[in-house]
Amino acid sequence: MKTSKTSSGSILWPLVALAVLMAFNLFFTPNFFRLEIIDGHLFGNVIDIIKNAAPIMILAVGLTLVIATHGIDISVGSVVAISAGVVAMLIGGDLKGEPKYPIFVAMAAALLVSTLAGMWNGTLVSRIGMQPIIATLILFVAGRGIAMVTTNAMVVWLYAKPFALLGQGYWLGLPFSIYIVAFLVLLTAFVTRKTAIGLFIEAVGINPTAARFAGINSKNILFWVYTFSGFCAGISGLIVCSTVMSADGNNAGNLFELDAILAVVLGGTSLNGGKFYLLGSMVGALIIQTLTTTIYAFNVPPEISQVVKALFVYGVSLLQSGKFRAKISGLFGAKEIEA
Amino acid sequence: MKKRNAIDPRSLPILVTLALFVAMFGAGSLAFFGFFSLQNFLNLFIDNAYLLILAVGMTFVIVSGGIDLSVGSMLALSTMIASSLLERSHLDPILVIPIVLLAGTALGFFMGYLIHAFDLPPFIITLAGLYLARGLCYVVSIDTIGITNDFWEKAAHAQIKIGDSFLSPSAIIALAVVLAGFFVARYTGFGRNVYAIGGSEQSAVLMGLPVGRTKVAIYALSGFCSALAGIVFTFYTLSGYALDGKGMELDTIASVVIGGTLLTGGFGSVFGSMLGVLVYGTIQVLIVFQGTLNSWWTRIAIGFLVFVFCVLQRAFDVRATRAAVNQASEAASAKG
Repeated sequence: MKTSKTSSGSILWPLVALAVLMAFNLFFTPNFFRLEIIDGHLFGNVIDIIKNAAPIMILAVGLTLVIATHGIDISVGSVVAISAGVVAMLIGGDLKGEPKYPIFVAMAAALLVSTLAGMWNGTLVSRIGMQPIIATLILFVAGRGIAMVTTNAMVVWLYAKPFALLGQGYWLGLPFSIYIVAFLVLLTAFVTRKTAIGLFIEAVGINPTAARFAGINSKNILFWVYTFSGFCAGISGLIVCSTVMSADGNNAGNLFELDAILAVVLGGTSLNGGKFYLLGSMVGALIIQTLTTTIYAFNVPPEISQVVKALFVYGVSLLQSGKFRAKISGLFGAKEIEA
Repeated sequence: MKKRNAIDPRSLPILVTLALFVAMFGAGSLAFFGFFSLQNFLNLFIDNAYLLILAVGMTFVIVSGGIDLSVGSMLALSTMIASSLLERSHLDPILVIPIVLLAGTALGFFMGYLIHAFDLPPFIITLAGLYLARGLCYVVSIDTIGITNDFWEKAAHAQIKIGDSFLSPSAIIALAVVLAGFFVARYTGFGRNVYAIGGSEQSAVLMGLPVGRTKVAIYALSGFCSALAGIVFTFYTLSGYALDGKGMELDTIASVVIGGTLLTGGFGSVFGSMLGVLVYGTIQVLIVFQGTLNSWWTRIAIGFLVFVFCVLQRAFDVRATRAAVNQASEAASAKG
């Protein structure tokens, strides 16, 4: 009970939660696990869940590292809107699908702007020393305004076919966005786990001052972690924009920051920083999306899913609370607590 | 306590906000014909009454070192409960208003209890509260519910004359809340406890202050303010809608920060938050008068102001820490 969680122990609980959700669907949702091959593409609920979870999963990659440093980035939803706005304006709403600028240029520009947004957050947190929630609050508020100004407060519709690949396209039978997620996760996992960077990030999360005395450049670690989060939000924005082939500065990425933070927390990464579980965050994002899909399958108005989400957060937070565990173990002796 | 000849450094942020407000209102008066009038000034209170009420509750939360992200959704939930009770259950306003206020206070109490009893981060608990309240709105109804109640319509259209100008009942309620908040923060034990907790929770515990009770009460108070703001909001819209107040939690936090309240807790004032809301309102009016900028520039301007004030706060913070070493006894009872 009192021993610190091992890495496998931490991924276990999110997986159990996901398995329980899946098992529930196996019994109560007809055809939930049915997969079909149409035109060589794989279709089905499970594929849809992964596809729809992709934007949140990508945000969660960046946020996992941010939260590991005992930080938070609430601006990611706004950055998603900015990224979508920039790419949409550069491709342009030409009805024949002729992009104004080459699609790759537009995408690169959107990623550049998002990365700059991340650098802004990183500068505020690491150089000026603002609390992360305040520092990112600024871009959270202003970002949506910037997105609306970028798109002239209109919804921009896109008709450039090749751009649709990102969010709607298929490759080797699977949705293209799955490959983007997989690539990003593997790359991040490799860089953080096979080099010392992951250790540095955790050290900064546990105690920035101690980390500095140990020779780690805490400020630079913080700066790059927020920059990376902005970059991830940029990719997420591209996928969101491509999925609906439009950019809506007001609604694109709305409340995404909450879903992404929730995914990270569900995945076992504590908001107090110091440890992170990249795969756990991915499972967390899948749990959220499965929950949403399940609720849809039962014809419950999708908005009510927020109540379920809220109860989920309360449950998970309570399980992370030392006081709560102490109370529970007081009740049941030294028994293991349930998920 | 106060030094006579020098300006108290702790009231400096409020003076900065006041100067900013005067400068912005003055600039508007010079630039636009018809901007400078008593009515235009009073309109700031009329148009932002709900924001004023939210900001008062939020001030207590932030001064205690916490945060409440649920206020926007709580406002929406209150509009839904009020309109559904009035229109669908045909209850009398005398019953409806207390029920709404009680519901808001109870939800706030619930969140405060979780935060205190299980040592959970206010950020996460109130974030979940944001989801919860917004979701509950849809449980009440997915559609807009129009309000046709007589009392509500009277409250919506009534004008209280001040010379040639007027205030609305909403504005009067908001001003009363500001006054009450000011009084509670300054002259009651509860208010002093809030500042003490924000200054240093550990010290507050060691001093034997009722930290737990105060923390729960703070979130209950914020819940109450959200519910009241929700009622006032229905005076404007004469309807309840589940999407009301989207993103309002951040407008509220921004106003409080612009009003000079430290987000690290322990310092701030209700009066400052009122000035913060006035600055926020003035930006909106300026953009309307200017005419060519779209209203989204408000958000950018607010974001920029929050940035400026946060940087200022950092500067004050560094100084305050030095001052606190010298005057350790005064630090705990810091007041605006």
